[in-house]
Amino acid sequence: MTPPIAAGDPALELRSIIKEYDANRVLKGVSLSVREGEIHALVGENGAGKSTLMNILFGMPVIWETGGYEGEILLGGKPVTFHSPAAAMEAGIGMVHQEFMLLPGFRVAENIKLNREPTLPNAASRVLGAKLESVDVPKMRADARRALDSVGLGIDEWVPVAGLPVGHMQFIEIAREVDKANLKLLIFDEPTAVLTETDAEKLLAIMRDLAKKGHAILFITHRLDEVLAVADRITVLRDGEVVGTPDPKATTVARIAELMVGRPAAVTAQRRFFAPSTEPVIAVEHLKVDMPGERVDDVSLAVRQGEILGIGGLAGHGKLGIANGIMGLYPAWGRVIFGEKLYPLNEPRQALERGLAFVSEDRRGVGLLPEESIELNIALSALEAQGRFLHPFPLQPLRLLNHGAMRAHALEMIRSLDIRTTGPAQQVRRLSGGNQQKVCVARAMTLQPRLLFVSEPTRGIDVGAKELVLEVLRRLNRDKDVTLVVTSSELAELRAICDRVAIVYRGKIAAILPPDAPDAAFGLAMAGESAQAA
Amino acid sequence: MKLPTFLREFGIPRLLIAVFLAVLFAVAVATHMDLRGLISDSIVRVGRNGILVLALLPAIQGGIGLNFGLPLGIICGLVGAVISLNAGVQGIAGIGMATGIGIALAIPAGAGYGWLLNRTRGQEMMVGTYLGFAIVSMMSVFWLLAPFTNPTLVWAIGGRGLRTTLSLGGIYDKVLDRWLEFTVAGVRVPGGTLVVFLGLCFLVWLFFRTRMGITIAAARSSTRFARAAGISDERTRVQATILSTVLSAIGIVVFSQSYGFVQLYTAPLLMAFPAIACILIGGASVTRATIGHVLVGTFLFQSILTVALPVTSQVIQGDISETARLIIQNGMILYALTRTART
Repeated sequence: MTPPIAAGDPALELRSIIKEYDANRVLKGVSLSVREGEIHALVGENGAGKSTLMNILFGMPVIWETGGYEGEILLGGKPVTFHSPAAAMEAGIGMVHQEFMLLPGFRVAENIKLNREPTLPNAASRVLGAKLESVDVPKMRADARRALDSVGLGIDEWVPVAGLPVGHMQFIEIAREVDKANLKLLIFDEPTAVLTETDAEKLLAIMRDLAKKGHAILFITHRLDEVLAVADRITVLRDGEVVGTPDPKATTVARIAELMVGRPAAVTAQRRFFAPSTEPVIAVEHLKVDMPGERVDDVSLAVRQGEILGIGGLAGHGKLGIANGIMGLYPAWGRVIFGEKLYPLNEPRQALERGLAFVSEDRRGVGLLPEESIELNIALSALEAQGRFLHPFPLQPLRLLNHGAMRAHALEMIRSLDIRTTGPAQQVRRLSGGNQQKVCVARAMTLQPRLLFVSEPTRGIDVGAKELVLEVLRRLNRDKDVTLVVTSSELAELRAICDRVAIVYRGKIAAILPPDAPDAAFGLAMAGESAQAA
Repeated sequence: MKLPTFLREFGIPRLLIAVFLAVLFAVAVATHMDLRGLISDSIVRVGRNGILVLALLPAIQGGIGLNFGLPLGIICGLVGAVISLNAGVQGIAGIGMATGIGIALAIPAGAGYGWLLNRTRGQEMMVGTYLGFAIVSMMSVFWLLAPFTNPTLVWAIGGRGLRTTLSLGGIYDKVLDRWLEFTVAGVRVPGGTLVVFLGLCFLVWLFFRTRMGITIAAARSSTRFARAAGISDERTRVQATILSTVLSAIGIVVFSQSYGFVQLYTAPLLMAFPAIACILIGGASVTRATIGHVLVGTFLFQSILTVALPVTSQVIQGDISETARLIIQNGMILYALTRTART
């Protein structure tokens, strides 16, 4: 533990960091500094660039494999460039991870001092070198004890880590970082994500305590109330840019949330009115979905025939879990009535057969077969679930692919959705993000669904192409009479195309608002500070 | 280093092996060897081994990787062959009976193997190898104890237990090879065996264009995509394993008739390795294979084995063909495994 050199010196400075992936600029000149003895909170939605920034700071190989970055990093006033995480750690950056980096079979003290064990020379080491020195167990235990005390964890330092409660593991991680003698900057990446509320409060108290002792802390989180509780300064990232540095003493959770998701340029939607009495096409009651990182606790929702319903909210609150749960991709519980019939959860096949379709937020993993052709990607779900695009043959599973029909359909889709491609046989991998998304939409349309879930329709797509994708969705709703449920992190786009917008907070619906409701109403709902509205 | 596109697509190992083969043939010509005989032998061996190589394709396409458990299907085919021999059925009928019994056994065996592979996901190749070894050893006991009575099959002394090698002479030795046999420019071509091999290639190609085949390939490409499309990838993997096992059962019957002998006991133990080397030399990877890979690979590898022995014994008065086979075969498998680790 280093004593503070002089409170207020910048421990870390980032100067106009720019990073591009394949000509896609994900960081557009980000600057920020963390002083000794302060907690600097970095907030932003998924895709805002937080992870990329951390990857750069930590010298992750992915950065160097994709052409490095521009800009300057100063650690303790000296310019540094890290080509590996080991180099970053050596230089004094400590990281408390979301997932624990602990060896379960090792004792607490051994984990804390791993690879930094205090050692004593012995006969073998005198001959064969320092690698063979014996571990100085009493000193190791004493060091570990001191580190554990500094994070307020009263457990025995000599018990194995395996079997300890999750909360304790988090604190052991912190103790390990604090124990490092040359620690200059401590990064907390979503540290409270897996903790109970009491443990989370304890953790925040320890963070404040560590800052008081002179440590510089960079705090990354989605939980805005925590930010206000501990941060000395706040930097808000959106689309790779710093969009604000509100003073924590003078701002509100709602205001930060607004900054994170962005103001709508203009609310262009013509709001249509669907009487609440309109027959719901799907009615969800007490839906619970176990999707890691996007857990849904208790959602009840009715989607009216013909409308576009938006689902918004901050990352981690469960907005993505709703569609994934109903489509059967993650374990779900609850009662769902679809088309006046009870609908079975946890059966993906049933979803498709009954007329639901899904454009997933995870385009590359769930949405597409990147190595396959456009035409096969478009036809596959209908071929699989509905037996279309096949030649007749008495044995169902052995029906041959009707290549002509598949191609004709693909050409039709390429034309009507304006997919930019060299032809229907082109590999999907070679398309741009926007065109890949259109292929996903085309596949969902091919199923001719009654209700279509679309998650993050414009994530990772160039600004120009975003509008095109939204227009496709709008036309699908107006011309083909498909009821849509659109989930998005970008509030502006929800407000542009939806008839109603539901805001999810901590796994529950906080409010259902009309798209032209005031910004403040959305901000409050996302911060969980409003009762059921509209 | 940037290679020209056509070179990269053809693949360096395939190129080296093709060059090696060309050199062998050149030496054969230069030393006035019976070139026609060599070519004819090569073609015979392609037909003999081809179906066993083809059997690997569904496994790769189904996401199981290289099916080192090939001996399982081979054993099924051998049981079929032995039963047909014991009954004394001759000619095409005998082959048909052997194949039929082999397939009937291979379907449940493949299903069980597939079930096992689903429970040991990620270690398919190792599990397959061990399963193959275990089954071969278990069946060695079976061959010894099974109540076969035909005196041409069992040991002459004692009258119990099958012999290690059963001759097919006069029963169905080379029945398929001779059927549709023809000679082009002095090169004898075993038409029937090639027709069966190419016919099965066509059927497998066709299968991967049916609903079931497309589903199997899609589940291999992305498990999560498959789940979202309502496909159970556990089921598609079992289907792929069954198909692979059935094909290897057919493959060994065709192999035996062409070879002229049914080999029991430890003979199937290492049969997966040359087949795997073939498909890899053809350009397949652990995750992707085509009929083209099967054809090209079988031809290259089997031709080298055929030509290397006579040519080298001619030139250096010794036999390096077995050494060359082991180097190429195992080197190729190692090479392919290093490629997968990177992607």
